Amino acid sequence: MADVNRGNRPLSPHLQVYRLPMAAVTSIMTRITGHALVAGILLLVWWLVAAVSGPRAFAAADWVVRSWIGFIVLTGSAWALWFHTLAGIRHLFYDSGQLLRIEEAERASWAIIIGSVVLTLLSLILFFFA
Amino acid sequence: MRYITPRKAAQGLGSAHSGTADHWFITVSSCALVLLVPAFLLVIGNAIGLPHPELVAYFGRPYPALITALFIVVGMVHFIKGTRIMIDDYFQHTARKVAIIVSVVFSWAVIAAAVFALAKMTLVTFAI
Repeated sequence: MADVNRGNRPLSPHLQVYRLPMAAVTSIMTRITGHALVAGILLLVWWLVAAVSGPRAFAAADWVVRSWIGFIVLTGSAWALWFHTLAGIRHLFYDSGQLLRIEEAERASWAIIIGSVVLTLLSLILFFFA
Repeated sequence: MRYITPRKAAQGLGSAHSGTADHWFITVSSCALVLLVPAFLLVIGNAIGLPHPELVAYFGRPYPALITALFIVVGMVHFIKGTRIMIDDYFQHTARKVAIIVSVVFSWAVIAAAVFALAKMTLVTFAI
């Protein structure tokens, strides 16, 4: 066993040292954003139910929705929703056999990231100024 | 020794030959949600900040109520199928069953709460 080369063998890619391709990063983000949206939907449904529960319940829920906590949760949810939507549209392309080449998948990943940020900013501008 | 046959040990770990139904449902609902997402964001954007009576009257109108109801019903059933994929990836055996049950029960509770609120706002608006 003395002649075995232990120092110079190829290693399998390990998550901590392996730089994930953008297509992998956006794929993981699709799952995370989809599940994280539960926070935004819970806040909004609580708000809707409070609106039919009485003035005091509504005042509490409406305060949270319009506070900085609500702003962070809802802005984060808007971005997660846009991201998940764009990534979902990409999955429809994947299913039809398109965007599957490495460069295309890489470019589509950047389009999803940049697109989701632009659409979120547009949503905020529409909300505050229109 | 374990009193379990190799077949029993492998059961539930492979294809059930029914997964395409879930994938097809996610495909169909995602197409609906592509349209519902911008519509819902506009509805919610217009609603946030309204005083209480105006908010109730707003959701008593057909379009805000229908878009909100459709988004939450279609979205939460899409969520059930989506969490199911995640659960199948990360959980096994009893933990998987519990996670699926929690996901389904939670999602339908959210749907019921939202539909109840929207229905009541429509009825209150009619009463006025």
